[in-house]
Amino acid sequence: MSTDKILIAGFGGQGVLFLGKILANMALQLDKEVSWLPSYGPEMRGGTANCSVIISDSPIGSPIVTEPDCLIAMNLPSLLKYEDIVSKGGKIFIDSALITEKSKREDVNAYYIPATKIAIDLGYPKLSNMVLLGKIIKEFEDFNLDTVKAVLETTIPPKKQDLLKANLEAITAGYNY
Amino acid sequence: MAKKVLMKGNEAIAEAAILAGCRHYFGYPITPQTEIAAYLSKRMPKIGGTFLQAESEIAAINMVYGVAATGKPVMTSSSSPGISLKGEGISYLAGADLPALIVNVQRGGPGLGGIQPSQSDYFQATKGGGHGDYHMIVLAPSSVQEMASLTVKAFELAGKYRMPVMMLADGTLGQMMEPVSLDIKEAEKFDTSWALTGTQMKRKHNIVNSLSLIPEELEQLNFERFKKYEIIKENETMYEEYLTEDAEICIVAFGIAARVAKNAVNSAREKGIKVGMIRPITLWPFPKKPLYDLSDKVHTFISVELSMGQMIEDVELAIRCKKPVMLCNRAGGCIPSPEDVLAAIEKANKNGGAL
Amino acid sequence: MIVFEKPKSLVDIPMHYCPGCTHGIIHRLVAEVIDELGIEGKTIGVAPVGCAVMAYNYFACDMIEAAHGRAPAVATGIKRANPENIVFSYQGDGDLASIGMAETVHSAARNENITIIFVNNAIYGMTGGQMAPTSLPGQVTQTSPYGRDVKTAGFPVKVCEMLKELDGPEYLERVAVNNVVNVKKAKKAIKKAFTNQLENKGFSLIEVLSSCPTNWGMTPDDALKWIDTNMIPYYPLGVYKDRSAQNKEKEEL
Repeated sequence: MSTDKILIAGFGGQGVLFLGKILANMALQLDKEVSWLPSYGPEMRGGTANCSVIISDSPIGSPIVTEPDCLIAMNLPSLLKYEDIVSKGGKIFIDSALITEKSKREDVNAYYIPATKIAIDLGYPKLSNMVLLGKIIKEFEDFNLDTVKAVLETTIPPKKQDLLKANLEAITAGYNY
Repeated sequence: MAKKVLMKGNEAIAEAAILAGCRHYFGYPITPQTEIAAYLSKRMPKIGGTFLQAESEIAAINMVYGVAATGKPVMTSSSSPGISLKGEGISYLAGADLPALIVNVQRGGPGLGGIQPSQSDYFQATKGGGHGDYHMIVLAPSSVQEMASLTVKAFELAGKYRMPVMMLADGTLGQMMEPVSLDIKEAEKFDTSWALTGTQMKRKHNIVNSLSLIPEELEQLNFERFKKYEIIKENETMYEEYLTEDAEICIVAFGIAARVAKNAVNSAREKGIKVGMIRPITLWPFPKKPLYDLSDKVHTFISVELSMGQMIEDVELAIRCKKPVMLCNRAGGCIPSPEDVLAAIEKANKNGGAL
Repeated sequence: MIVFEKPKSLVDIPMHYCPGCTHGIIHRLVAEVIDELGIEGKTIGVAPVGCAVMAYNYFACDMIEAAHGRAPAVATGIKRANPENIVFSYQGDGDLASIGMAETVHSAARNENITIIFVNNAIYGMTGGQMAPTSLPGQVTQTSPYGRDVKTAGFPVKVCEMLKELDGPEYLERVAVNNVVNVKKAKKAIKKAFTNQLENKGFSLIEVLSSCPTNWGMTPDDALKWIDTNMIPYYPLGVYKDRSAQNKEKEEL
């Protein structure tokens, strides 16, 4: 029985909630219990946004993540605010294109991915969240590229299939980084 | 069972309402429940239903009153400040014995308050809110799945007993996504011979009304309504019992608080503390009997709430103050953590029922 | 030969209105129109809070009692649920132009396919003669004992003039029931308002200038005269909006 408590944090507009949604849908594909809880408030655009995702083999009690096993930090304020509460032995994914500092935690696994730069280089400047997702998929046993492909195919409307290609490219780039 | 889909609690209410057979929705935007309106504004026009963004909460609830008088399933939704505005209409629905669903996705108050989750409309929902002698059935979901299933239940109860039913959720439940099965049947239908459909010149006119100027007559109407309430107390009280068989401490919590508390109960059990939980699913009628039955076995009750302590009064009444009831709470949009609840359990365990 | 009959869509019971009150006339006009159009079986009426609060006992069609000012919202709900029914509200000035102003304006703006009979007698009758939103400047009432002072109590609300600026409503007319000629005109207007709904044209409101001898402190006869001398000059009679007619005119040009 395992439970993963994931906290994703960044600026509004970086795709924090969407990244969480894809993770939650992947968990659903794998028949796991899952909860997705966004911060909501007046910070619709440009402010800070975060999102808690819990993935578990057993029913989920509180959907609120107070001690994440996994933090995805998409900007510096998020890293500073949340790195202390990551559980021992947990994971921190850091967009190193935007965050030049290193995590001060030595008891966690930190992954540095210049996600924003990779996304810009690919020609998809808005898809840094998907680049990070690629790396997350690589580091989580349960996930693989097939799962995310299946999820994206159902999440992205048929009319916007060019988006599917772009998302998969960004994810693959992160996965292979 | 149908395949599960990920949905926000607010969306689950909206979709379940459609599946239950509701084709009329009236609302006014307010955080954190606006997804219900947004979802229904997309769906209703495509299935021949009504979505109407009213000029105010007051207008919305009175449009609900109008549809309800025709005997058709109808709903509105809002969040705390908006529910206060609907109070008048809710009282009229109760006074005219009309069925309707009112969803309150609560936020912190009083006043404009905040937009973060809260349970501080417990008194308003269970003790009246509007004027006069009346009750609503109050349903408290604690998962997205329950938000869907209790929506259907709400329409059935409203129709069966001809009265307003409130779904009392909160911002967290409204905003969170969980897998939900939408294997939902249309709500059971009930007699609507009292409804306004036009006489078609075949019957005497029906009058939907809450005015009664002769005190003895109005008293009689109240007596009859309260007889109905007694039947509801008897037949419709719902709750979940969790690990209470050997419990020495009993948590009482509903909605999101119950989910947080469940984590704490599990942690405490791992530490060998005999704690269980009663989760009221109907807040009115309140599950008095199971609490009273436990009051001999349990040395302490703990009411976990996202308010300054409102349900705690019903817990004390239910157990007739036989045992101490502790309050473990946060307010104003804050949520107690499992650690907060665990600390309360450990304190209760240490004190062993001493005040 | 029958020379006088009670309309079939009025219930044969005594009304509670004061002697000389013109509510009875207006009830009768509405009922006659319902009879003439043969729509009693499919009509649903919405009663207000105010003197006409018990109108639900008087009209033989299905009736509902609304909260104060909310009749247009209630009518909206009924009409949306049952578009095949004919839905009318019957409201006074306090109900429609004060506490229910938002519901009035927005049901008009939406061009809800409903009919509103708006009885303007420039006073709150049911509660005993307080100042209404339509009380005239200088008018003495229980709550404007020195006469309505527009500096502190503001100006009367001219409902037809105000609503006609909206694109929404189909038909707006102000009539009076203080003499035979005006009563006949009022009936024609009310019939038009119901016919518009039958033809799915949308929102029609007929403002009826009415008397309140009891609270005006006048004899019924003087009260009818007061409508001519004081009310009509401030609230001119006539059609304020008739979209279909206006459209037809445009087409002909």
